[in-house]
Amino acid sequence: MTEVLLAVGTNKGLLLARSADRATWQISDLQFPMNGVYAVGIDTRGAVPRLLVSATSEHWGPSVFHSDDLGASWAEPEQGAIAFPEDTGASLARAWQLTPSPSEPGVVWAGAEPSALFRSEDGGEHFSFVRSLWDHPHRPDWGAGFGGQAVHTVLPHPTDPRRVVVAMSTGGVYRSEDAGASWTAANTGIKAYFFPDPWPEFGQCVHKVARDPSVPERMYLQNHHGVYRSDDDGRSWESIADGLPTDFGFAMAAHPRRGDVAYNFPVTADAERIPPDRACRVYRTEDAGKSWTALTSGLPQQGYYGIVLRDALCVDTADPAGVYFGTRNGEVYASADEGDHWSLVAAHLPDVLCVRAAVIG
Amino acid sequence: MAKVVLPGALRQFSDGAASVEVALGDGATLADVLDGLAAQKPALARRLRDDQGQLRRFVNVYVDGEDARQAGGLAAPVPAGAEVLVLPSVAGG
Repeated sequence: MTEVLLAVGTNKGLLLARSADRATWQISDLQFPMNGVYAVGIDTRGAVPRLLVSATSEHWGPSVFHSDDLGASWAEPEQGAIAFPEDTGASLARAWQLTPSPSEPGVVWAGAEPSALFRSEDGGEHFSFVRSLWDHPHRPDWGAGFGGQAVHTVLPHPTDPRRVVVAMSTGGVYRSEDAGASWTAANTGIKAYFFPDPWPEFGQCVHKVARDPSVPERMYLQNHHGVYRSDDDGRSWESIADGLPTDFGFAMAAHPRRGDVAYNFPVTADAERIPPDRACRVYRTEDAGKSWTALTSGLPQQGYYGIVLRDALCVDTADPAGVYFGTRNGEVYASADEGDHWSLVAAHLPDVLCVRAAVIG
Repeated sequence: MAKVVLPGALRQFSDGAASVEVALGDGATLADVLDGLAAQKPALARRLRDDQGQLRRFVNVYVDGEDARQAGGLAAPVPAGAEVLVLPSVAGG
């Protein structure tokens, strides 16, 4: 069996869990204590895996660290990895997303708060500002969701480095076909019920987008009410919410190899942020959202109040695929069989903000 | 010179030192002190000021016991020999 690393970002630090069987886990001590870890990237492109961590101290501000020894030591540039240029008048509040490019060696994208995109060409040590998105004429009208105004999703195309999709709440989805030189709003079909015109060009409160690796023009999207699929690289979206118990939630993840397979953790409603039926249930589709199946084996089905935030649901690349999620009440669950059965990795943690898993050996 | 005194949480960025000496010119301000600190210890100075050079919201600085925010903020005068005390404010949960 391959060894898997599971990184758990919480609002009070990072935990790293390792397992050879994805059933029993060795869990590290808390790293970056009292830092909110909103994003983790595990870059497996090089000879050794590189961990990237966004750690934000309420007192001392945001940082992006990297480790080439699986978290035994961490480094950051003296001047910091990410900074807004002086003329923007903005300062980094935190990095919300750290995404190694699948098509360009050394390239890592970072989504930032306030809403901005940064690009690194040295594996995530130093990032440069993507001014084209910042200069987009829509930007003054992008709002701030409850979590802040941030680019929380960056989805480079698996094979075409010219194509990148970003998403933010409240602003919506934007796509580029020229390596980030220009950006087009890509929200056709996504409802924004909280506006007088519920079908605006932009301003949707998109919570998460996941790209289907085996059908790269396909993406799955969890909106602030609404669950959608695009089959044309984000140009248009159609609802896939009918088979779910509710269309609210934060998280979405796609299977690493099996096309049409995705995972979601429904939340009752905007005004009722607890799971439907007070039960801990991941939903899986195997037909690109036409139907969804509740996955319950090993998960608490009564009196359950934890929910899964936007980056706290992920998959690994093992076969069968592992699926992982963390909750706001500090639990982490893992499935080694694509979601059919689940076991508890850790409990009693701080709120889980993100999870990322990768095969490391 | 001014002596910038650091809380324990920041000493990982000062090679463990409890304070850092910063050279001062005539008419020095807190901004000058923090610029001098940034020249010596950039990773430390970033913990005190944001990308635009403003004091972070939950960082408090006292110049010889006076809250710098009440004395001009970054323009607060720092006399020769001053002690510049950095403290985290009481915040969070």
